[in-house]
Amino acid sequence: MMQFSDYIFYFFSSILILASLKVITANNPVYSALSLVLAFFSAAGIWLLLHAEFLAIALVLVYVGAVMVLFLFVVMMLDINLESLKKGFWSYFPFAILIAGVFIVEIYLVVSDKFFLESQIESFGTSKSNTHAIGNILYTDYLLPFQIAAIILLVAIISAIALTMFGHKSHKAIDPKDQIKVRRDDRIRIVKMKSEKR
Amino acid sequence: MPVTLSHYLLLAGILFAISILGIFLNRKNIILILMAIELMLLAVNINFIAFSYYLGDLAGQIFVFFILTVAAAESAIGLAIIILIFRNYKSINVADLNRLKQ
Repeated sequence: MMQFSDYIFYFFSSILILASLKVITANNPVYSALSLVLAFFSAAGIWLLLHAEFLAIALVLVYVGAVMVLFLFVVMMLDINLESLKKGFWSYFPFAILIAGVFIVEIYLVVSDKFFLESQIESFGTSKSNTHAIGNILYTDYLLPFQIAAIILLVAIISAIALTMFGHKSHKAIDPKDQIKVRRDDRIRIVKMKSEKR
Repeated sequence: MPVTLSHYLLLAGILFAISILGIFLNRKNIILILMAIELMLLAVNINFIAFSYYLGDLAGQIFVFFILTVAAAESAIGLAIIILIFRNYKSINVADLNRLKQ
């Protein structure tokens, strides 16, 4: 007997699969990025069905709001020659579809096991909200990984800025390397001219 | 058919296979490869959350939280590297990235 939430699952998962197929086959990378946004939205819907409300909202806010906008910026900023990128697009297709098909069949054989089909939903054991429960264990049991995650984000900020700012000069300070290499002839020019008569 | 844990796992498997297919098809476009990697991470996250729900253990959701963090850092650095590549080569074709060979 199908419940209403089962229909929602099938609805969101079909959108998710169609959107991800569009991501990998779209002609223009902009359309790929927009389809990826749709895929993230439907994945957030599926996560809501699984009672992961905090992560569903975080996925929409962080991924759709920040990461995909960054992707779109980069895709639109680069002047990409699409023809050379599309050359030979379908040439590996039979091989690729074989690998993907074998992968799906293997996954199906594993997950159609009785353990997965009959596993019952265990309650999280609390009447607290999902965000409250996550916060409770994130700031106690997982405090050290949480701080390491913060450090990873800091490293990412610094490295992204350092990579893209390299070679970019916005100040007037003199580079010591150039200062040492300078020679007399670079700075002084002797001009011979006749002295004026009185 | 009522939805069970295996439906979620099969959905994640299909998503992962689609992104493998995407890496094969778009093997010249470095931006699309990065997007396919994002899709793979999404598939893994769906697995984590499905198990977390069916086993009643919040640790799965915590791991998804960390995966989201690392994936955001990875895509920020990856896009910075793509911008550098484009600045130096005027192309993002993977086949053009052969300077170490010369």
